Amino acid sequence: MSEILRLENVTKRFGGLAANQDISFTVGKGAVVGLIGPNGAGKSTLFNCISCFYRASGGRILFRGDEITCDKPEGAARKGIGRTFQIVRVFREMTVLENIMIGAFLKHGGTKAARERAGEVAALFGFSARLDWKAASLTITEQKRLEVARAFATGPELLLLDEIMAGLNIQEVRETTELMGRLRGLGVTLILVEHVMEGIMPVADKVVVLDYGRKIAEGPPAEIVKDEKVIKAYLGEKYAERRKHRPVV
Amino acid sequence: MEIFAQTLVSGLLIGFVYALIAVGLTMIFGVMDIVNFAHGEYLMLAMYLAYWGFALLGIDPLYSLPGVTLALFGLGILTYYLLIRKIIDAPMLSQIFVTFGILIFLRGFAQFLWKADYRAIPHSLLSGNLQVAGVYIGLPQIVAAVGAVVCNGLIFLFMKKTRLGTALEAVAEDKEAARLMGINSDRMFALAWGIGIGSVGVAGALLSSFYYTFPEVGGNFCLIAFVVVALGGFGSVVGAFIAGVIVGLVEVMSGYLLAPSIKFVVVLFLYLAVVLVRPQGLFGKA
Amino acid sequence: MKKGVSLFLLFVALLIVFPLFFRNPFPRHLLIMIMMYAVMSIGWNIIGGYAGQVSFGNAVFFGAGAYTSAVLLTKLGLSPWIGMAGGCVASVALAVIVGYPCFRLKGHYFAIATIAVGEIMAGLFMCWDFVGAAVGIYLPILPQSFRNMEFHATKLPYYYIMLVMLLFAIGVAFWVERSRLGYYLRAIKDDPDGARSVGINIRKYKLYAFCLSAVLTAVCGTFYAQYVLYIDPPSTFGLTISIDLCIISLIGGLGKLFGPVIGSFVFIPLIELTRVYLGSEGQGIDLMLYSALMIVVAILRPQGLYGLFVRGSR
Repeated sequence: MSEILRLENVTKRFGGLAANQDISFTVGKGAVVGLIGPNGAGKSTLFNCISCFYRASGGRILFRGDEITCDKPEGAARKGIGRTFQIVRVFREMTVLENIMIGAFLKHGGTKAARERAGEVAALFGFSARLDWKAASLTITEQKRLEVARAFATGPELLLLDEIMAGLNIQEVRETTELMGRLRGLGVTLILVEHVMEGIMPVADKVVVLDYGRKIAEGPPAEIVKDEKVIKAYLGEKYAERRKHRPVV
Repeated sequence: MEIFAQTLVSGLLIGFVYALIAVGLTMIFGVMDIVNFAHGEYLMLAMYLAYWGFALLGIDPLYSLPGVTLALFGLGILTYYLLIRKIIDAPMLSQIFVTFGILIFLRGFAQFLWKADYRAIPHSLLSGNLQVAGVYIGLPQIVAAVGAVVCNGLIFLFMKKTRLGTALEAVAEDKEAARLMGINSDRMFALAWGIGIGSVGVAGALLSSFYYTFPEVGGNFCLIAFVVVALGGFGSVVGAFIAGVIVGLVEVMSGYLLAPSIKFVVVLFLYLAVVLVRPQGLFGKA
Repeated sequence: MKKGVSLFLLFVALLIVFPLFFRNPFPRHLLIMIMMYAVMSIGWNIIGGYAGQVSFGNAVFFGAGAYTSAVLLTKLGLSPWIGMAGGCVASVALAVIVGYPCFRLKGHYFAIATIAVGEIMAGLFMCWDFVGAAVGIYLPILPQSFRNMEFHATKLPYYYIMLVMLLFAIGVAFWVERSRLGYYLRAIKDDPDGARSVGINIRKYKLYAFCLSAVLTAVCGTFYAQYVLYIDPPSTFGLTISIDLCIISLIGGLGKLFGPVIGSFVFIPLIELTRVYLGSEGQGIDLMLYSALMIVVAILRPQGLYGLFVRGSR
């Protein structure tokens, strides 16, 4: 499997604070990668660097073998990197269909073609019955899904999804996991920032863990859940110590 | 050389007054993110109040200053409760249209009531010139500058040293957090408007003794105030002060070095330059 | 949809026959002004309503159009139609020069910048002898003809020229709404970062919108110069013109196709009639009236009067 994204020592500083420090990993084409870590670890910052909303202070980001030099955020979408936002940013005053059309317009210049493509994407995401609804009238979780649909409509090779499972119930988590599987089947590489472990562990090929801006672990989900550094980061030193002296179940 | 010193002093003096006019604008923006396009028109109203105080009641502007200030303070609070409160959370478009509407309304009001005539106060308490080292300075200009500096200083002290002022700054930083601390943001906003417009009241009373009063007088001052606020940084009281002086100097100097008719254009170019090169101004919040 | 189309055709038909029923110059003049402001407001609406970027300086395009064609006529004897094209070129250039750096600015800063540009232009033209400075330009009275764009006996030809321009402007707005440009502008207004995330170059599309806006306004400038046969900086670069365009779109409905048209039909008669009945004494009253209207609409009904005519979410 060839590699679609490579991060080499990516660093992002804000003044004296390093939100991302020396982060390196690769993402294989067609993979599903989870990006996890406690709050404030720098996950969304990393997304912003990859999608050109921030310019990295140091290191290199290579997409499809070429180094990304970001002057503008819109460049990322044109290259084939789509994304969603941690705080959902749909076009509230536009309808569901129109939202997806905006995404589709990237590859389909004409309105008719964009509308057709948007209709297809809407069906894929389960919005067919609500094409005329104003985006603002959807629930937050539906808006998140709409955001994914919109990003997907741009025809990306890599999708960066930021906490799309937040607030979902078990059934919805399962549906979203299924959706991820379908997207992967359509040839899209996915990186998901998540806190909902049940959603990401079943579907991820590998997981990258961040803490305080640094990468502290990387590997298949099964290994990550047992990794001491990860447990310490999430649950604190004391709990990690306690676990060490207890039989592992 | 003497003329140069003359223009320097003139620029400095009027700059202090510009700073005072701008400080209200910057405070309103700093506290609640609203650009008061009508700011200059309140200045115009203050000038008319001072003028009529003189013309009808024989009160010198220096004496009517407290009254005018109080009246404008009240007007600011009234404006807040009547109109601004309704658009605090409205989209920017609506906010722009409302304050711009107030601008037009006040100007029409003045044109209707007092016609387009230029009014001047011929002899005030402090007429005449001072001569310092070969430079002639009008007494009213000095008084205005001193008054402006004092008022600016008072506002600065208020913001930094009093509890109410600190509360205002808290609301400017984070409305929700301030509310959790028990600060009533609604009243803080009203206060900001009161102080903002009140300070313009001081400026108007001071200006009326050496500036013509007419319905459109607010326009140029307003634009200058915007340049000052942009240069100093939206929301910064200190910035407004320093920038006011800079703009005053630029205006008078360019009038002298280039041509009087161009000086306003130069000031506008200054605005564009600042805003394109350093959008946050000298001290502004991003 | 069919109802909308028949309503529109009725509207056009009424406009076509209007001058046949109203033969006095004043009603015809009123309609010409209404239509002219409607065209300019449609132009403003593209950048201000669809893209959400409030400009208080669109009058610069009006002035650019008027002065370009006037100068080309008086100095080079070129037909005003060529002058109109020249005016379009000049105003597009202006739009790019102003827009390219200024679209980086956020809402308030941009609005103030447009005021600054407008005032700068007015100030410069007041001092520029080549274009007559404060005296302005008197356009030569030529034998009336279509080629000269001058008609002396009656206002009728002016009326129909402006009607065609209005239909053209409506066509442009119609096309914009349905094109990718229109969708992108609405996305930019709704959520700029969301727009960027799907590949929209915000500055580029705002520039497109601004240029369209400039062209629609500039052609009216040329028309105005030929209609009144006298131009000077206040009558062409005046801040009042810029503000009128905003108010018209606000009243009629921001970001709606017919918003500016409705707004113009409400607002311009209001202005003209208050001027006629209250005269120069009432100078202030008309300002107070329409600013009050502006405030009320902005607070209570930001979507404008359009909502009264059309039911439904759009």
